[in-house]
Amino acid sequence: MNKMEKPTMPRTTPRYSATFSNDVNSDIRRAAATGIYDIRGGGAKRKLPTFDDLLFLGASISRYPLEGYREKCETSITIGTRYAKNPIELDIPITIAGMSFGALSGPAKEALGRGASAAGTSTTTGDGGMTPEERGHSTKLVYQYLPSRYGMNPDDLRKADAIEIVVGQGAKPGGGGMLLGQKISDRVAEMRNLPKGIDQRSACRHPDWTGPDDLEIKILELREITGWRVPIYVKVAGARPYYDTTLAIKAGADAIVLDGMQGGTAATQDVFIEHVGQPTLAIVRPAVQALQDLGMHREVQLIISGGIRSGADVAKAMALGADAVAIGSAALIALGDNDPVHEAEYNKLGTTAGAYDDWHEGMDPAGITTQDPELMKRFDPKEGGRKLRNYLKVMTLEAQTIARACGKNHLHNLEPEDLVALTMEAAAMAQVPLAGTNWYPGKPGSSY
Amino acid sequence: MLKFDLQEMGLRKLNNALHDQKENTNQTIWEIINPKGSHAIAVGIDAPIEVNIKGSTGYYCGGMNKQAIINVKGSVGPGVAENMMSGKVVVEGDASQYAGATGHGGLLVIKGNASSRCGISMKGINIVVHGNIGHMSAFMAQSGNLVVCGDAGDALGDSLYEAKLFVRGSVKSLGADCEEKEMRPEHIELLKYLLSESECDAKPEEFSRYGSARTLYNFNIDNSDAY
Repeated sequence: MNKMEKPTMPRTTPRYSATFSNDVNSDIRRAAATGIYDIRGGGAKRKLPTFDDLLFLGASISRYPLEGYREKCETSITIGTRYAKNPIELDIPITIAGMSFGALSGPAKEALGRGASAAGTSTTTGDGGMTPEERGHSTKLVYQYLPSRYGMNPDDLRKADAIEIVVGQGAKPGGGGMLLGQKISDRVAEMRNLPKGIDQRSACRHPDWTGPDDLEIKILELREITGWRVPIYVKVAGARPYYDTTLAIKAGADAIVLDGMQGGTAATQDVFIEHVGQPTLAIVRPAVQALQDLGMHREVQLIISGGIRSGADVAKAMALGADAVAIGSAALIALGDNDPVHEAEYNKLGTTAGAYDDWHEGMDPAGITTQDPELMKRFDPKEGGRKLRNYLKVMTLEAQTIARACGKNHLHNLEPEDLVALTMEAAAMAQVPLAGTNWYPGKPGSSY
Repeated sequence: MLKFDLQEMGLRKLNNALHDQKENTNQTIWEIINPKGSHAIAVGIDAPIEVNIKGSTGYYCGGMNKQAIINVKGSVGPGVAENMMSGKVVVEGDASQYAGATGHGGLLVIKGNASSRCGISMKGINIVVHGNIGHMSAFMAQSGNLVVCGDAGDALGDSLYEAKLFVRGSVKSLGADCEEKEMRPEHIELLKYLLSESECDAKPEEFSRYGSARTLYNFNIDNSDAY
């Protein structure tokens, strides 16, 4: 055969490996080139069973609905009824999750406070302490008590409307945090009592207590310092939700914040985000079971977070037994994070709108996850606050729409009976019937 | 002087009464009897008062103290003077784990020994231990001074930031990124002051200084074996 002639034998078309996909191969090449694991922000990006795998049944002959525009559907919630003299009263059961000043700019924290306050809900500090912007613009502010204790002081503790002892977060159960040197401005360095420009490690364990018995004493100390006035939440990653909820209740928590693996972080290893923890869908029922087993359901409030995006998610979490939800990533998107309006600049950073997650590098074109004064100027906290308020209102209206259709006059009255699952996995995790059946895997009395 | 029987009156009443003291209070001397190892005694004070605790305490005695002088005529449980902002806490006996953890300011004096993780994550506090300290002390310590008149256990100053550590006796081992440093005249002066404030007759010249080598300040894969 002439060398120039094409072979006549049939060939298969080029075929990509499902195991060694282009994404995987690029990870390998990046690791080989840099010698360091990938660090990024956000939560799990892999496909997981989610609240999208559940459906509401709505009303029928056996259930009658409430009129959408005429009959009331309450949304208020009180958190901290167990021990606090001053429980937190919220108009809506959607709170803003803890995000640090340092990870976020001062104006972004201000916007969260403005938006949350306008919608009648609370916002939460983060690793780095309480800023005046945030306290000043938040009518209800939850103060996170973290292992690093950056910026921690009794004066701010007493200014808080609630205290959240952070044991873990869904993006990295068992992991600490790292604020890389690029984001350590003078102000951040001063608040954290560390030199400018160095990587600031947030420890994975609290420095002065270990285990549930110690936690009980730590809660006692915080209550004594704050005169038993404010609720004390305990935030845990959704790793072992039944046992962690049980132990937090035993330790004296007023509320449990349970964060699934879709919950975001400012920065941690990608391998951690994608491979440790449980999907939010899977953690609600075991936590509710723990509350019920101890007779504490509705007395100790359960706040669910991790990938909550819409009123449907809110309604589904509450139907499974949660008292409220918290949003973080979704709130940042409402403020303008990953907005295609900045596409040209995302491209310059080697990414695209919707995929930008290098929040730790401090070069956010939207001016939200940065400490760069020039980038921060792009973000208007009043406008950001207005957008967040709108978004929270829409989520609430959506949840009410579903609740009314299910015949409920309060979001709390939603129940598992209102739900079916689209997949076997979701049915097992949510413990609601697979659509079209009266069965779910693991249902008591069934042999499967 | 106000005398307060903790077993009779209860913790809530005690801390509430201490929190009621303001800058210009005339109730400046308090005596607490029958502490019996209770937790969270005299926490969150913010007034220039003196509190004398007659006996041993449990966890977090003097936690988050501001301004007050707290004297414990006994030993203390874990986390004494945790996150102290200012003032002074003096322990006549021994201290359990995490003494002075995350403290931002003030002076903690332990006249006996301190257990493991003494000064963990300290952020400006001064700690003087007349005796020995346990392992992992000054872990991730950010700023302030830890003075040890006896010996230090394993992994002293692991992942240290800018805190200064002074040890008169032996150091079983140094933690990651902690190294011995030169004692300069300003360190001698600093020690003179801290030892005097702590009623310790040790001589500053007898101490060695340890601090951060600062090689782990920014993550570098070549240092991964150190973690």
